[in-house]
Amino acid sequence: MSFNAARPNLLAAPGVAWLVTFMVVPCLLVLSYAFFQRGVWGGIEYTFTLENFARVADPLYARIFLNSARIALTTTAIAILIAYPAAYAIARAPRTRQPILLFFAVLPFWSNYLIRTYAWIVLLNREGLINNLLRSMGYTGEPLSLLYTEAAVITGLVYNYLPFVILAIYSTLSRLNPELMEASRDLGAGPVRTFLRVTLPLSLPGVAAGGVFVFVLSIGNFVTPALLGGGRFQMVGNLVYDQFLTANDWPFGAALGAALIVTMIVLLFVQARATARASGESREAQA
Amino acid sequence: MEAKNGTVALRAAAAVVAVSLSAGMATAADLVISNWDGYMAKDIAESFKAATGLELEVVNHATNEEIMGKIMAGGGKGYDVVFVSSPFAEVLNAQGMLEPLDKSAVPNLANLYPEAEKLAYDPGNQFSVPYTWGTTGLCYRSDKVSGTPDSWMNLLQPADDLKGKTTMLATDRWLMGAGLLGKGYSVNETDPAKINEARDLLIEAKKTLLAYDDTTFYSKLVSGEASLVHAWDGWCNYGIAENKDIKFVVPKEGSDLWIDTMVVMKDSEHKDNAMKFINFILDAKNHAWAAENILYKVPNKAAMESLPASLGEQYPNMKMPPEELVKYELLRDLGPAQKDYSRAVSEIKAAN
Repeated sequence: MSFNAARPNLLAAPGVAWLVTFMVVPCLLVLSYAFFQRGVWGGIEYTFTLENFARVADPLYARIFLNSARIALTTTAIAILIAYPAAYAIARAPRTRQPILLFFAVLPFWSNYLIRTYAWIVLLNREGLINNLLRSMGYTGEPLSLLYTEAAVITGLVYNYLPFVILAIYSTLSRLNPELMEASRDLGAGPVRTFLRVTLPLSLPGVAAGGVFVFVLSIGNFVTPALLGGGRFQMVGNLVYDQFLTANDWPFGAALGAALIVTMIVLLFVQARATARASGESREAQA
Repeated sequence: MEAKNGTVALRAAAAVVAVSLSAGMATAADLVISNWDGYMAKDIAESFKAATGLELEVVNHATNEEIMGKIMAGGGKGYDVVFVSSPFAEVLNAQGMLEPLDKSAVPNLANLYPEAEKLAYDPGNQFSVPYTWGTTGLCYRSDKVSGTPDSWMNLLQPADDLKGKTTMLATDRWLMGAGLLGKGYSVNETDPAKINEARDLLIEAKKTLLAYDDTTFYSKLVSGEASLVHAWDGWCNYGIAENKDIKFVVPKEGSDLWIDTMVVMKDSEHKDNAMKFINFILDAKNHAWAAENILYKVPNKAAMESLPASLGEQYPNMKMPPEELVKYELLRDLGPAQKDYSRAVSEIKAAN
């Protein structure tokens, strides 16, 4: 093997080593806990069992899973509906202005996730900015209960993950060949029809990538439901957190984590397959 | 701990995790303490060193469960003195993980109230020393709540004008405790049918809550977001400090008696130093720090008597005498019923 052939492997080595040491090994370690029993007072008893996985399917926990999926799905849908027009507008803006617009889209990422979430508490609480603004405008009724609601949790999740979706959709839209749209118009299609029949289908891989990203991050999130939901809305992330940090039931927490990771991997796999197929088709279309 | 059945690698791996979790292992300090953040004077290491010449290392845990997880994962190694609530001290002792107190090395035990030496989980302070004690009740804005709340049902089935303006503690024992006391049961109830009754009451109560809150409930009272909250007496004092309309009451159905304790780990390699530390804390001046600064009652007669009278005037619950305090029911380890509590709490939290 020549040096040139070996070089790509060599260059990847630090990254691979990092991933294996700090991600694969800890993940496998935690997952292996799922097959053991919880000690009487926490800790782990090294006796093989599948009981933890059976407990994941218990209606109580299955319901929390489904509820989390519903919240994550709602978040994803809203994020796509907001992000698509934004990404479209950025992609259609003059080339020189696009970097600035993208910069503003990702600007929130420059501050800490927790701080941004606390900012929502400041905005939404009963004595917060929104209620005070309403009051100063002459509203005299009971202050609105905006915080500690499911809507607050979804708002927080959408807000935090929106830039991902904008970026993902923008990246496919900006790469579309403008000649395709011109051809559509030359052949007599109006702007709406061109969008629906040409632009939208070709941008779906970006929508799928952004959507899966938001869904996966939302379903496992535990900070936002804890802070904006006031602990009243338990998501599967909170359940995992509780198992590790309060119930001291690491094996069950590991089994829940495993179920969550499998869900995510399946979704990412489906999305990758769909993207691969779609980009294959678009290449054929462009050829 | 002996490895067997080909699980050596796993145990080794688990041990690595445990080691990395238990900060303070392989340290040069003469003594490692784990305590809640802010539960001791910030300069405790300096003052302890000045008094004894020993290097003290303080690590923090956020909850009892966290420190229990660390201790169980690491077999108790790496810590000398640990601060835990009494039911956890009871568990650690039952597991044989605690060192009996060497009373000759802790003469300041004489400062404790007689009541603090007769606590049912550890009569005679064989393996634990109480650090703080208190009650759990209702903390409220007297200018916003009509009448004086005097029952757990004021919180669990609030009047219409309080709906959406109450918070509850979410930690297992206290959340369940409110429901159990509301039903007239013991805070240590183990009968599954009674636990379920409390659970159902708490699920109904959830619909009227603003939020579950273990850490910022008093600031919600100060800001006016909440009017009536489930609170530990000491934490209610933090609200009283900012707004004199805030008051604390122990409901007529009673309260739990919670006690945070200091214990010495059996695996400690610095047991003599650990006893010196406990003796140092029990010194009236040092123990009074806790009462004055974290506004919790301390079971130290000499320390409590040294407090300025103004403290008790500003925070009336600080004046509750020990003989009244010990009438409330001690939180005890639940044994196997802990699982029923955990399950009930999961069901409450998952309920819509």
